[in-house]
Amino acid sequence: MTDTVDKTPAASVPPEQIKAIPVRHYGRWVAAAVVIAVLVLIGVAFSNANINYGVVPDYLTDGTILSGAWHTLYISVLAMALGLVLGVILAIMRMSSNPVTSTVAWFYVWFFRGTPVLVQLLLWYNIALVFPILNLGFYKDEMNQVMTPFLAALLGLGLNEAAYMSEIVRAGIQSVDEGQTEASHALGMTQGKTLRRVILPQAMRVIVPPTGNEFINMLKTSSLAYVVQFNELIKRATDISSTSLAVVEMYFVASIWYLLLTTIFSIVQYYIERRYARGSSRSLPPTPLQRLRRNLSQWASFRRPEVAR
Amino acid sequence: MSSLVKDITPPSSGAPMVKAEGVHKSFGLAHILKGIDLEVLPREVFCLIGPSGSGKSTFLRCINHLEKISAGRLYVDGQLVGYRQHGDKLYELKEKEVAAQRRDIGMVFQRFNLFPHMTALENVMEAPVQVKGESKAVARERAQRLLDRVGLGDRTGHYPAQLSGGQQQRVAIARALAMQPKLMLFDEPTSALDPELVGEVLDVMRDLAEDGMTMIVVTHEMGFAREVGDSLVFMDDGVVVESGHPRDVLTNPQHDRTKSFLSKVL
Ligand SMILES: Nc1ncnc2c1ncn2[C@@H]1O[C@H](COP(=O)(O)OP(=O)(O)OP(=O)(O)O)[C@@H](O)[C@H]1O
Ligand SMILES: [Mg+2]
Repeated sequence: MTDTVDKTPAASVPPEQIKAIPVRHYGRWVAAAVVIAVLVLIGVAFSNANINYGVVPDYLTDGTILSGAWHTLYISVLAMALGLVLGVILAIMRMSSNPVTSTVAWFYVWFFRGTPVLVQLLLWYNIALVFPILNLGFYKDEMNQVMTPFLAALLGLGLNEAAYMSEIVRAGIQSVDEGQTEASHALGMTQGKTLRRVILPQAMRVIVPPTGNEFINMLKTSSLAYVVQFNELIKRATDISSTSLAVVEMYFVASIWYLLLTTIFSIVQYYIERRYARGSSRSLPPTPLQRLRRNLSQWASFRRPEVAR
Repeated sequence: MSSLVKDITPPSSGAPMVKAEGVHKSFGLAHILKGIDLEVLPREVFCLIGPSGSGKSTFLRCINHLEKISAGRLYVDGQLVGYRQHGDKLYELKEKEVAAQRRDIGMVFQRFNLFPHMTALENVMEAPVQVKGESKAVARERAQRLLDRVGLGDRTGHYPAQLSGGQQQRVAIARALAMQPKLMLFDEPTSALDPELVGEVLDVMRDLAEDGMTMIVVTHEMGFAREVGDSLVFMDDGVVVESGHPRDVLTNPQHDRTKSFLSKVL
């Protein structure tokens, strides 16, 4: 946009700048006024509501809330990791030429996408009803001892996520040109090597943006884990509100934490996407920091000739 | 001037590098190759011409087992491609064994098929490091030398998207050569290029031929075939119609089908 600064003509006499009266956009002014009015009304309504905003900052850094935020963060990361790994495996199974593995993968996705996460969480938590004893041969225990809130939350959220991730990964893998597989095979690479070194790195460009979306969703969906007594943010906020009577206030506190977590992750996602954009275009887009720096230096060089004059 | 191929793997014997005996290939009901018999001698530049859809690419892809042949026998350097024979029974080779056979056969594609997420240098280093387990230092040294030789020594850090078509194809040739193959397959390497870029790729191929590389070249560049080729085969509808020295076939074709094809492309 501000490139014009660089294009100083070689001629010694700079051309006269055009000084025209810009077109007036009255519609924009009206639209802006309406939007601002609506926002003010909403703001007034909220500030007049019977909500004690004073307690919100106090509870934001409350130990219980902090521990809840920490639980939310780590269950989301772990469940996402499980979903990602299992998702890749399911995607490969789904695309394999073996009809048994591809059918199993299809059924997995069908079941886990087709039933509510809430139900899946509760099923894992109550799995002792089906398998009272866990017997792995080398390890034997009562299922009720094994299925902690953490494990139920991890399995419930992670296995559900895997179904979604497998579809995302499959779309990513299928977006890579077949010529890439051929070239790899022609060089003597095995199927596994081809996948790891050639296909997946390219598929990542398609996989990362929806995965970021999934992760942000996961941060919020993890609140459902309160039904299995997992101490995440919403459960902790509810615990406090049941004694302090600050019900809505505590949901505000929790929401601020969710916003904070999703914002941080959005920034992380931007840099991950940038990393996998390597080679996809002639030059990488600048990071916000680089853009800021460039604009500043451009502004400086723009000012200098004026000073000199 | 250093040669493109420092150490061409010498053929095991004076026997043909590629030998096809009655090779058939069908895709479902479509019968594409209908009994191909031919021999490619070591150090020979073997040109394959023919109308679109005649099965040239399919035959080339059979040679490194990207396609399985439906009938007949195909040998590279005396070894059966894709199978092992015990008595009169054929056993399919395992994935690893097929991959091992392909190491010695370089292939260059019409659409380059460079790895877009790797720089030119990384493209050339990839297979030696990943497939042969070469050290990065050795692979990088050879990659640099090969890129120098195809005239791209100053473009090693460029991604494919930052290179012209001709430059990409030259990187692709360097990438295939990095595996020190004993045979190179070219599938219309210049067809996707702007006319003014064709020459730079043909020059590299000419150098390679002079270095004694065995090459099978599917091409529409009759000038190249006549000048560099040692043998030429005209294929149509899945069969070899005519073969011989390029000069003879191109200037004095015997079959009507060859004549009508050449009258269209020359
Ligand atoms: N995987 C496949 N499945 C089905 N048919 C195929 C497949 N690959 C090739 N064919 C068919 O085989 C025939 C020969 O194809 P091939 O690519 O070998 O022709 P070609 O001689 O290389 O032509 P061109 O000069 O256009 O590249 C075509 O009719 C094509 O449709
Ligand atoms: Mg072809």
